[in-house]
Amino acid sequence: MSAEAESATEQGSSLWKDAWARLRRNRLATFCLGVLVAITLLCLFGPFFSPYKSNVQDLDYGAQGPSASHWMGTDEKGRDMATRVLVGGRISLAVGAVATFVALLIGVSYGAISGYAGGRTDAFMMRVVDILYAIPFLLFVILLTVLFGRSLLILFAAIGAVEWLTMARMVRAQTASLRKQEFVEAAVSLGLGWPRIIFRHLLPNVLGVIIVYATLTVPSIMLLEATLSFLGLGVQPPNSSWGDLIKQGATVMDSEPWRLFFPALFFSLTLFSLNFVGDGLRDALDPRAAKD
Amino acid sequence: MLRFVLKRLLQAIVTLWAIVTLTFVLTKSVPGDPFSQEKQISESTRAQLNAYYGLDQPVVVQYGLLFQRLFKGDLGPSMRQPGTTVNEIVRDSFPVSITLGVLSLAIALAVGIPAGILAAARKNTFFDYLPMGFAMAGICLPTFVLGPILSYVFGLKLQWLSVSGWSRSTDWILPASTLGLFYAAYVARIVRGGMLEVLGQDFIRTARAKGVGSLRLITRHTLRGGLMPLVSFLGPAIAGLVSGSFVIENIFRVPGLGKHFVQAAQAADYSVVIGTTLLFGSLIIVLNFLVDLIQALMDPRQRIS
Repeated sequence: MSAEAESATEQGSSLWKDAWARLRRNRLATFCLGVLVAITLLCLFGPFFSPYKSNVQDLDYGAQGPSASHWMGTDEKGRDMATRVLVGGRISLAVGAVATFVALLIGVSYGAISGYAGGRTDAFMMRVVDILYAIPFLLFVILLTVLFGRSLLILFAAIGAVEWLTMARMVRAQTASLRKQEFVEAAVSLGLGWPRIIFRHLLPNVLGVIIVYATLTVPSIMLLEATLSFLGLGVQPPNSSWGDLIKQGATVMDSEPWRLFFPALFFSLTLFSLNFVGDGLRDALDPRAAKD
Repeated sequence: MLRFVLKRLLQAIVTLWAIVTLTFVLTKSVPGDPFSQEKQISESTRAQLNAYYGLDQPVVVQYGLLFQRLFKGDLGPSMRQPGTTVNEIVRDSFPVSITLGVLSLAIALAVGIPAGILAAARKNTFFDYLPMGFAMAGICLPTFVLGPILSYVFGLKLQWLSVSGWSRSTDWILPASTLGLFYAAYVARIVRGGMLEVLGQDFIRTARAKGVGSLRLITRHTLRGGLMPLVSFLGPAIAGLVSGSFVIENIFRVPGLGKHFVQAAQAADYSVVIGTTLLFGSLIIVLNFLVDLIQALMDPRQRIS
């Protein structure tokens, strides 16, 4: 980089540029971000380039180990495992992303309103969160899927509806500390309504925290989905997610170990990367909260 | 202290009420009644369900009836297994789950606490990186991946242990280790963080300056404060052990309540699912209450907030 360009980046340094620079310096987080992008792209576009379809059976080639034509082997019905792992990844990642988005919508609105309202409203809303926190949610997600049927939509909604609590607490704490500041007072004296103050003036300042916790919510949601699918209560055939593939692989592990290995590898790698990117983002966006 | 206990007790009761009500509302908001939709259940089972839930009564009466039965400790009949009650299922399988849970927690603490202390005491050395590397790997290997791997290695390849069942005296080792090691990873990270926080404080430097030996420094001065974060983690850990048992009992075919719960969920045995949900829910709330008490005993500051 030339000296001129360097001075240019220095003078135009914003919070986001600073954070990006800090994240880039964290080599592990950058590497994990790369892994994450690679896995996502592979799952999204990989299946288009595969000569096989994830659901097409070829019984002559059942239960074959990894080879040049089937990189991750085949399952007992001769379906190409590489294609199945990538297509399954789409579902796992989609559940992670969509359910996080649902959790984000509920948690951020709830937390921001509670924090901005303050006083009794705030105390009451947070007591509700405390009570919900003590409820074992895997039980309720399972109850929901048992009662309302096992569709992907129910799964998104059920997981999202139970994972918003931490987000609500974080956002509430931030808004509660921001609402005393002068720019909020200025907005109030301009006669702006509270929805506008919350969503236009307060939330942009809380964005860093939101991004960090969203990144950390994705792996916990993916873990929840995989647990459900492993128990046969999540994603239903003909769809399959990583959790579902791991379940099938675990049953034939002694004779066809590759069927457990590859989905487990992709899943663990994704969780690992998401956790480190989340940690890295936290350090980058909030240097004060940097852990040890 | 008394005020604190009463406040927490009240909160626990409200949470219990919330769980029962939430379960009830969910059951009632299913389009059509989950109990009446089913055509395969026998007349006698239907009569039992009717007696328990009062399905022909108005909703308010049903709600009251549910509380009345729950106070007596009656969890209702099973829809799919005629003649069996949830209480019978619980009586047979719950002790197994409790044993598994206690053993797993013991393994998690026995492995996690020393590892965390060692890592904190020898920060940024080999003795820090090795256990923390394992801990990170452990967190990214969920129980349903670790379980099959352990049973493959120790059960099928080395043939040291059996991979399923609960009859032999060594059958607990694999399931309890799988669940325990997963939580040991969290425990180690939390203990390390808590210990480092205390080790960085002024009174530790004072103690060092006064010539306190490093072993005594850890055991006498750091441990009590350093383990505080672990105690607050115990609440979520207990809930996690319960959900973990669902997975573990399925992998290793342990005849515990978690396995029954999942089977009931797969077979859409609503009454068993509801009964077990209420039981697990209450269990977690009672244990959380106890954890709060322990925390208040260990750290007086907790009693104020």
